[in-house]
Amino acid sequence: MKRLLKHRELLLVGIIAIMVAGFATRAPGFATPANLANIFNDTSILIILALGQMTVILTKSIDLSVAANLAFTGMAVAMLDAAYPGLPLALLVVLAIGIGAALGAINGYLVWALQIPPIVVTLGTLTIYRGMAFVLSGGAWVNSHQMTPGFLNFPRVSVLGMPLLSWIAIVIVLLMWGLLTRTAFGRSAYASGGNPTAAVYAGIDIGKTRFFAFVLSGALSGLAGYLWVSRYAVAYVDVAAGFELDTVAASVIGGISIAGGIGSVAGAVLGALFLGVIKNALPVIGISPFAQMAISGIVIVLAVVFNARAERRAGRIILRDRGAKEVSA
Amino acid sequence: MSDVTETRTRLAIPDRLGTPFSRLLGSWEVLLFGVAVVIFIANSFASPYFLNAWNLSDATFNFTEKAMIAFAMAMLVIAGEIDLSVAAMIALASTAMGAAAQMGIGTPGLVAIGIGVGLACGAINGTLVSVLKLPSIVVTIGTMSLFRGISYIVLGDQAYGKYPADFAFFGQGYVVWVFSFEFVLFIVLAIIFGVVLHATNFGRQIFVIGNNEFAARFSGIPVERIKFKLFLLTGLMSGIAAVCLTSRLGSTRPSIAQGWELEIVTMVVLGGISILGGAGTIAGVVIAAFVMGLVTFGLGLLNVPGIVMSIFVGLLLIITIALPIVARRIKHMRTR
Repeated sequence: MKRLLKHRELLLVGIIAIMVAGFATRAPGFATPANLANIFNDTSILIILALGQMTVILTKSIDLSVAANLAFTGMAVAMLDAAYPGLPLALLVVLAIGIGAALGAINGYLVWALQIPPIVVTLGTLTIYRGMAFVLSGGAWVNSHQMTPGFLNFPRVSVLGMPLLSWIAIVIVLLMWGLLTRTAFGRSAYASGGNPTAAVYAGIDIGKTRFFAFVLSGALSGLAGYLWVSRYAVAYVDVAAGFELDTVAASVIGGISIAGGIGSVAGAVLGALFLGVIKNALPVIGISPFAQMAISGIVIVLAVVFNARAERRAGRIILRDRGAKEVSA
Repeated sequence: MSDVTETRTRLAIPDRLGTPFSRLLGSWEVLLFGVAVVIFIANSFASPYFLNAWNLSDATFNFTEKAMIAFAMAMLVIAGEIDLSVAAMIALASTAMGAAAQMGIGTPGLVAIGIGVGLACGAINGTLVSVLKLPSIVVTIGTMSLFRGISYIVLGDQAYGKYPADFAFFGQGYVVWVFSFEFVLFIVLAIIFGVVLHATNFGRQIFVIGNNEFAARFSGIPVERIKFKLFLLTGLMSGIAAVCLTSRLGSTRPSIAQGWELEIVTMVVLGGISILGGAGTIAGVVIAAFVMGLVTFGLGLLNVPGIVMSIFVGLLLIITIALPIVARRIKHMRTR
């Protein structure tokens, strides 16, 4: 199993490398280190969100409210910064993470305590959170001249040749890797998605694990909310509309099984980078940006087909599968 | 996405069923009907313009198109699957009709194209789920951005607007007095779907699949074939809804019917269809359609902006699912 996973991530690295090389033949300069660093910086927010989404998916759930959470927290901190320019940036970032985590906790509580299916909960909170962003702002935009320079410039500060935004993404990737592979929470996340019944017998509280996965996804969405607003220097209600699908797509492309329990941090990061490369390449090779939606749709479907094949070969269900196959044949 | 504890509570068999009358009183449909009546009365107090035959007729446009798809979606959800690409199918079907209308194709041709595109999209979803055995949630998230993405490729930031004059009948015509074509179609479809789901072998098999797919297989029910048919049916209804909506609006943009998948799923769940599969009635969905239509129309009369209405829809979705669970838990505590 582990070999297969490693194999798949290498494969994804190969595909991305081939894509970059292919685009470079059409547009020289695409594969330069500076441009690649640019693409990484551009994809940083998606990477952060995909890691949260991945943790939730590992526990056999799904969080469709990440983009709405991002829009609400982004709006909240942008309005705070515009109204009280004296607030220290650190406080605003902590607030963003806190608000995001609180919204995630609402999702997690409904899933844990009331056992409502995650897809229903987050479909509902998706509209509620975005609606709340409208109520909060009254539909008004927060523009760059209203926000303080410190608030706006933070992700752009260059450290060792790379913007801080990229460094934040790298730190989060490392933290998430540690969390998922080196802690009890990580083990229970894999266990409660991989085989819930066995996880219960092993003494793992599935509901609690899911709750914390949602809180984590919410906290990362909150952080992404601040980063998004400061990076694009504007906050409005429809910020990142539909972005939740990109996070699911990145996870699925990266080999995270939608049935839970399978996937790695490296996979999610590569899945996000895959989408990031495509997104940055389209205008370069002269394809209309309107085509991007259809392309990510095709990529999601293909990735699901591919994943399902790989999982079936692994043969996790032994008896049941054979019986079912005989009947359907 | 069911797990151990969820299935266990669902499969629990009560010791006593109670009298038919008490069961009817406690049923979800009756409760929902009560909610509908309360909202209706509240609306007539909230706005003096509400109680007017033409006004009420206008209110039905708020839900008829969504409800048509919700009937098919109800069957899918009962069978344990879901289709999140319905709104994207409307967008694609509408775009195809718009392109055909620009080429001068007449009304019958346009209707055929709209329904044909819906069926084709449904067949794609059905193939992916029942032949390739993929999870429907992700598949339809993928096809959702694929279908709408094609509309964006075709239209970009443009819009189609030149439809033949007689095409307007489907969305703007009236059959008798205040009863619009859409409303009559909605009633006819409700009856057909109700009969198919509750009085035929096919409907029975849908419930069996939703309750226990393995048992269904071993009882000789062609599970995959039925699932494929249900996705096809959802595509067909999306095509019909696309004809009605396009005719009503008289124009097509790639963002047409954006976010409807959420409202349709809400309608289905509000109608008492178990999101875990295996339970629910078409009558519940019909009442839920009226409830949602009345709520959004009433809020519209009170000048509440659309995005704030969506908060109510989201809350409605979560609360209606949470309430029975909380009630059951309180009941459990008492009996213990």
